[in-house]
This record gives sequence, structure tokens and C-alpha cells, in this order.
Amino acid sequence: MEDHFSSIRFLLISALIVMVGVIIASMVGMSIQEESKGMAKPTLLFLWLFTSTGKLFSFVQFIGFFGPLIGIFLGFDSINRERVSRTLSKLVSQPIYRDSIINAKFLAGVAVIAIVLVAIVLIISGLGIRLIGVVPGSEEVWRLAIYLITSILYIAFWLGISILFSVVFRSTATSALASLAVWIFFSFFVSLGAGFLADAIAPISQSGAGVDPQMLIKHEGIQRMISLFSPMTLYSDATTIILDPMRKTTQSLILMGPLERLSLSRFQNPLPLLQSLVIVIPHLISIVAITVLCFGVCYLAFMRQEIRTV
Amino acid sequence: MRYSSGWGDVKVENQAIIEAEGLTKKYGHQIAVNDLNLKICEGEVFGFLGPNGAGKTTTILMFLGLTEPTSGKVRVIGFDPTRDPFHVKEKVGYLPENVGFYDDMDARQNLRYIARLNRIPDKISSARIDESLKVVGLFEEAGKKVGIYSKGMRQRLGIAEVLIKEPKLIFLDEPTIGLDPDGTNRMLDLIHSLSREKNITIFLSSHLLDQVQRICDRVGIMIKGDLVAMGPIEELAKKKLGVDKEDYTLEEIYMKYFKEA
Repeated sequence: MEDHFSSIRFLLISALIVMVGVIIASMVGMSIQEESKGMAKPTLLFLWLFTSTGKLFSFVQFIGFFGPLIGIFLGFDSINRERVSRTLSKLVSQPIYRDSIINAKFLAGVAVIAIVLVAIVLIISGLGIRLIGVVPGSEEVWRLAIYLITSILYIAFWLGISILFSVVFRSTATSALASLAVWIFFSFFVSLGAGFLADAIAPISQSGAGVDPQMLIKHEGIQRMISLFSPMTLYSDATTIILDPMRKTTQSLILMGPLERLSLSRFQNPLPLLQSLVIVIPHLISIVAITVLCFGVCYLAFMRQEIRTV
Repeated sequence: MRYSSGWGDVKVENQAIIEAEGLTKKYGHQIAVNDLNLKICEGEVFGFLGPNGAGKTTTILMFLGLTEPTSGKVRVIGFDPTRDPFHVKEKVGYLPENVGFYDDMDARQNLRYIARLNRIPDKISSARIDESLKVVGLFEEAGKKVGIYSKGMRQRLGIAEVLIKEPKLIFLDEPTIGLDPDGTNRMLDLIHSLSREKNITIFLSSHLLDQVQRICDRVGIMIKGDLVAMGPIEELAKKKLGVDKEDYTLEEIYMKYFKEA
């Protein structure tokens, strides 16, 4: 369980940290420098480092999409490698409680995830401060902290998925592929499927002319509901709100009359941190819940397994 | 070559270290172990014989609390392994068949890891690690990665690992399987010396009869989940092959039981 730190895997992860940190910081830093030329200092510029896409992608998008891979990478062979190398039967015959094996696997993984994320964020912040010369205020630091905790939980969920597969499947290749399949399913097919299903239940014409607003709302609602089943949507909704105080809702489409438009335009100021939190509390709780649930299933599966099958 | 077998010069204290009563394990409808009654005394070397799939490993797992018996009672070093596996595992060593190690660590690191799992402080374990490496004859090679160890060396390292917790009782599951003759001899000598010098009770399962005959005080023969015979080898020989036969082998006795079963 200390072995995360002394392996080739850890080297790879460290390389990943440095690479991602440096690339994103320089890429985004440059583009922010260009964009904000001649402007008065915009509020909460510092957070732009993480949300602005620069030329390719933003840090938040990167973690939302590839973060799961880090979790899978750390967990897919945690139990079945011990099985294959026949050390598991030895471990369970030591005077430790059986659940401490699975707990340690999970917690060690979470610790590594936390270290990775904190390291990347620190690298980006450091380089970013040098490049754009803006020092973060306390609210920005808080937002960043909440973002970090959410991300750790989110990746821990994927770690849980991959550990679950490593308990269930005997071969490490199978468990790796199964975890990847789940990842692909959630990252591509759920959003695709949500679109199809919404089209089927509440069809709207593609041309956009003569669309019944009722139908449009229904369509949007169904699509959102289904895509919220994907932890990726949950996570990206939650984190964009947290990191971008100018955004006031997770809804992508709002039907507005002139009055709403007017009232919205009068509140052009960023949302205070607490209000941002209020918007995403359901998302955060859902992320915590699926992570806990996932680990719970893992735990049960491991505890109920016959050691004889080692 | 035979060591002294039989009760003669063995120190027999009548204190039971393993007691099983009516121990049964079923997997679905299949009976793995059927109504096992067994008593092993302190200081003994007990050989547990039987063909593959006879239920030997299942029995050992039940003694360690790694598998729950379907019915029956067990006591190992005074504890019930089903209810209190923790105390049993603290003082009972188990060397599984084909034991595995962390191949990217050296022998000493592997042992250190096991010592930590046993909550032995590093100060104490350092001395114990050196000592047990010397006992199994791996002290010179302790700095090498376990991945390059030969099968025989791995098996001896397994013994060293078991010794770290200073056990009262050791379960060895097929300890000599797959070893060359030299490795087998070293292993058997080692097991014998553990019993004689450290007074550790040894429970070994095997289907290699001549080896068991060399080092065991008593044997039990298990076939298809039933313990069909138990006792010192001489006694079984008298019972099955007729008295006064000097050149019997365990194999003859075993085959007789096997055909009857």
C-alpha cells in the first residue's frame, strides 16, 4: 500500500503532473495576457487560469475528461494483482482485519489523487502568477479549494469503480478494459443517448422555425435529466459554477422574456461564493453519494468473496 | 534417510493446539470436508495427506478462520478461528501453496512489510528478520530482488516470513511441491529443525508421501473430504499391512486406504 510511490506508475503520474501543469499554465497564461491587454483588471481574473480554454482545452475540462483515467489507472489492478502474484492469501493470513486491505487500497489511491491534483493546481497557480501577474484573493482561494475537493471526490469515484472491477475480475486486463468501457459509456454515450431519447419523446424540428416553446422546454428537460446520470455532467456542471462566479445557473438554455432579460442585465456582478455553492449543492451531494456508494459496493464485494478462489 | 518417527523421542505434551469436532464444509451440494474430528498436540509434526481436491486446503483455511465452516467446532491455540481470527492469525503462521511475494522488493523489504502488518516495531523486527533469514539460509541473498529468486529460495523465504511473527503453530500447504531434490531436502531439513529447535508445532499438507514419512510424527489421510485414518505411521502400517514388516513405505499404506475409499 506504500507501493504507489515507488513504482513506474508513480513516475508516469509525476511526469503527467508536470506536463499538464506547465502546458496549461503557459497556454492559458499567454492567451489571458493577450485578451486582457488594455483592459482594466477584470474581477476574479485568477480563476480564468483554470477555466479559460486557451488554444486547446482548459484545466477544468481536462480533469473532467481525463481525471477518470487517473482514477482507473491507480485502481484497476489493486486487488487482482495481489491475487495473481498470490500475495493476497498471504495478506489475509496476517493479523489484520480484512477490510483494512480494501480500505488501505482506496485511501492510498485517494491520497495519491489528492497529491496529484494539488500539485497540478499549485504549478498552474505559480506559473500563472508569474505570467499574468495577478495574485489570488481569498475568495478565489476558497473557490479553488472547493473545486479541488470536488475533483478529488470525483476521481475517487472512478478509483472506486476500477477497484470494484479489480475485485470482481480475475485478470488485470479485463478489469482495466471494463473500467475503460464504463468511462467511455459515460463520457460519450450518455450524452448521445440523452439527445436521442429527448428527440424521441419530445421531437423538435432541427430548423428551429416554429418550435413550440413548451416542447423545447420538455426536450431540454429530458436531455438534462438523462445526462445528469453521468458523473461527468454532474462534475462539470458543479465545477464550472464554482470556478466561474459570473455563471448563475447550471441550465444551458433559459427561456427569457424581456423582463427577465432586463433584471438579469442589472445583476452583472459576480455571484458571491455562498450563492455559487447553493446552486451546486445538489451536484456536490450527488458526487459524494455516488463515490460512497461505489466504495460501499466494492467493500461488500471484497468482504463476501471466498478466499478459496484466490 | 529417516528421522526418528513415531512417538518415541518426541516430547508429547498432551495439550491440544488444534481441536476440531464434527467440522464440515459444503460448497453448495458438494461436501469439501465431512465431519472432521482431529486433535493435534503441541510440538507435533503432523502430516495431512490426500490426493488433490481431498479438502486439505479447505481444512487449513477453516483452521485459520479464512473460510467459515458450515458446521462443527474448531479451536486453534485456544481461540475459535471463526469468531476470533485476529488472535489466531497473530500466533499462527500460514505458508500457502505457491506463495507469492512483491517481486520488485528485496527479501528484507518483503519481510519488513509482513512485520509491519503484524505490528512489530522496526527495532525488534530488524533482528528477527536477520535471524529468520539465517535460519532459512538466505542471509547472503537478502539484498536481491525476490523476482529473481528460484522456486526453492522463494519457498524458504516463505518460511522466513512465517517465522517473523514467532508462531506457535505453522500450517504448510504443499511446502515441497515443484522443488528439485536438493531444494526438497533443504526444505524438509528446515521444517524438521523448526520443530526440534524452536518447538513449533507443524501441520503440513502434502501428497508426496516419502517426504511426509521422513519428517512427520503422525499422519492423517484424507480422501474425498473424509479423514479415513490417523496415527503414527508405524501404527497405521501394523493395522493395514500386518505386523513386523520393517520395510513398509507410507505409500503402501496410503494406496491401501485409497483403494478402499
